[in-house]
Amino acid sequence: MLKFALAALAAPVALTCASAATAETHTIEPGEGAQERLQEALILAEPGDEIVLAAGRYALTDGLSLDVDGVTLRGAGMDASVLDFTAQEGAGEGLLVTSDDVTLRDFGIENAKGDGIKSKGADQIIYHAIRVEWTGGPDASNGAYGIYPVEASNVLVQDSYVRGASDAGIYVGQSENIIVRRNRVVENVAGIEIENSNFAEVTENLATKNTGGILIFDLPGLPKVGGGSVLVARNAVIDNNTDNFAPEGNIVASVPAGTGVMVMANEGVHIRENALVNNSTSHVMMIAYTQPFDDERYQPRPVDVVVKGNIYGTGGNAPDLPGGTQLAAMTGGSLPHIFSDGLGRGLIVGDPTPILSLGLTRVGQPITEAKPEIINPVIAGETAELPKVALPEGMEARLK
Amino acid sequence: MIRGGILLGLATLALAGAVSQSEARSPVAVNNSAVTQGIPKTLSKFSFFARPRAQESFSAADYTLKTPLYSDGADKLRFAYVPNGKAMKANGDGLLEFPVGSALIKTFAFGEGADRRLIETRVLLHRAEGWVALPYVWNEEQTDARLAVAGARIPVTRPDGTEISYRVPNKNQCKQCHVKDGEVTPIGPKARNLRTEWLSDAVAGGRLDRMPVVTAGLPHWGERDSEIADVAALARAYLDVNCAHCHQPGGMASNSGLDLRWEQDDPHALGIRKPPVAAGRGAGGLLVSIEPGAPDKSILTHRMASTEPGVAMPELGKSTVDKEGLAVIRQWIDEMPAQ
Repeated sequence: MLKFALAALAAPVALTCASAATAETHTIEPGEGAQERLQEALILAEPGDEIVLAAGRYALTDGLSLDVDGVTLRGAGMDASVLDFTAQEGAGEGLLVTSDDVTLRDFGIENAKGDGIKSKGADQIIYHAIRVEWTGGPDASNGAYGIYPVEASNVLVQDSYVRGASDAGIYVGQSENIIVRRNRVVENVAGIEIENSNFAEVTENLATKNTGGILIFDLPGLPKVGGGSVLVARNAVIDNNTDNFAPEGNIVASVPAGTGVMVMANEGVHIRENALVNNSTSHVMMIAYTQPFDDERYQPRPVDVVVKGNIYGTGGNAPDLPGGTQLAAMTGGSLPHIFSDGLGRGLIVGDPTPILSLGLTRVGQPITEAKPEIINPVIAGETAELPKVALPEGMEARLK
Repeated sequence: MIRGGILLGLATLALAGAVSQSEARSPVAVNNSAVTQGIPKTLSKFSFFARPRAQESFSAADYTLKTPLYSDGADKLRFAYVPNGKAMKANGDGLLEFPVGSALIKTFAFGEGADRRLIETRVLLHRAEGWVALPYVWNEEQTDARLAVAGARIPVTRPDGTEISYRVPNKNQCKQCHVKDGEVTPIGPKARNLRTEWLSDAVAGGRLDRMPVVTAGLPHWGERDSEIADVAALARAYLDVNCAHCHQPGGMASNSGLDLRWEQDDPHALGIRKPPVAAGRGAGGLLVSIEPGAPDKSILTHRMASTEPGVAMPELGKSTVDKEGLAVIRQWIDEMPAQ
């Protein structure tokens, strides 16, 4: 049709001029045929168009997908416009986005059978005020990731809420230039996970009642390895003591309940000015990747991690670690706030709180060979700051 | 059905005379402009089929694949259309290169003979700006198929009597399987998976520039029960055809690091003792994609054996388990030396 022919021509124009006069708004109402009507709107949209989800509950049987650049999908609020996937019969996620410059805002996704929203290779994507929830709370049969951008440049996830993910509430994987801010992640296995990614800022989030609050991981054998330059700052990481309900086999299944912030591998992670309260294993853990790997590009140790300016509440009082109870007994009933396996390089702790080191000396060494010791940090002076993450000009303006 | 090789106008005319009177129509030229532009609302606009219900085409050559993709047990009728005066180009083992203006047509059907019901026809159109994928759903009368950009769910009774909710993919889902490095591309007609006689007929008919040099052809899935069947080759061909369109660099599942292409020989990339990345509950509590000697400890077979969204692989176009495919993969893993 003419519309399609024009779409191809209009694309380059719309990208440089997002408010092109031709942009249209298509409003979708819940009710009979919502699956087809909404999916058709997502397919027929042209760059610059806005698809509005009128308030109400949309009963969906199949995953939705968006593959048009520059489209906004907007609801009437994360509790008002709800895409309900309870009766989903197919696809690996609720909504899949594969195009660039997409804005998702102000709607909710419930009970997706796989991931909630996945965006793959979708550059300049914004998730704003999105709710992804498995309404029955923590359960191994819930989907893996709530908000799941992967293989992208320029990712903004903000003011969103994720509950019940059996892997990570907000998971950013194999991406670059990332801001995750002001989100609430509750009762997931991992609240927020940044994996195999570079140049990320995770700030001003509330991570509570997860198994682990905020995880910064790097894994071998993936197309993109060598994660780092990640700032974790001004977050409230509180009460992350939920029993781990991840299906075994996944890396997060090995995260102990009671983990505040965990750094595994990675180079250049700054943990600053967070409130770390009542995480019963450890507020901050810095560890190496322990499994065998065959990837020349991969370095398994945490390198250049800075821990500074945080406040520490109670914690470490019920460590979910092998021999944890004995360890805690040795250290006065609760573990020190900061935990290291001893394998890090260039770790700088600028907070006046002791560190428990397992004293391991080589990667992959069995924990039975640990020589635990308490280290008092040498308070260093100023440390260099990470480069600030700047999103491309005009990206955030799309939210106006 | 017309067998492969009916590519020449002369042959077409000869066959036209043999068509029964009731359904006979004079050979209709394919509507080339529908192939190259616009989004036709109905399949008949293309004029691919002289007799739609019989799925007879005088302009497009039907073909089969040595190892086909499993689609809930649907019969698949495949056609390749190349405009007059143009030819495909051979490209070693890989995809034939189709000239702009070509189309690949695949009809999904259940049932035999008079009971055969056409469900959907998917077309891939090669346009100047690239390949475009469109799904069409057949009407009750079986006279034409209508564009279904949003896909559909259709209740289908399979030949074995089982009832399934058959999923017609939407336009985006077409792309999810057919995407490579961001561009839509055909999957099936790779020289290594096409029959030699079809290729040589195409060369003889002037529709293929030369015989492709195939160094590692796929085995014939239909001959898997014969004594000479090589289980490893069958398994690798099955994974290539059923999984590798997503599980390869540049494919939809590239982030998994799993690469199941026929030409891949790195054991880790193939999943051997490879831990999952983002499988979530799809991993089913198992630690690696393939545990040699232990199909029950392998995520690959666990996901193939599931029909539950979020666990089931492939994610699209599957509402039943391919028992025969699963059996071959299980045997392959079972026979792998544990060390």
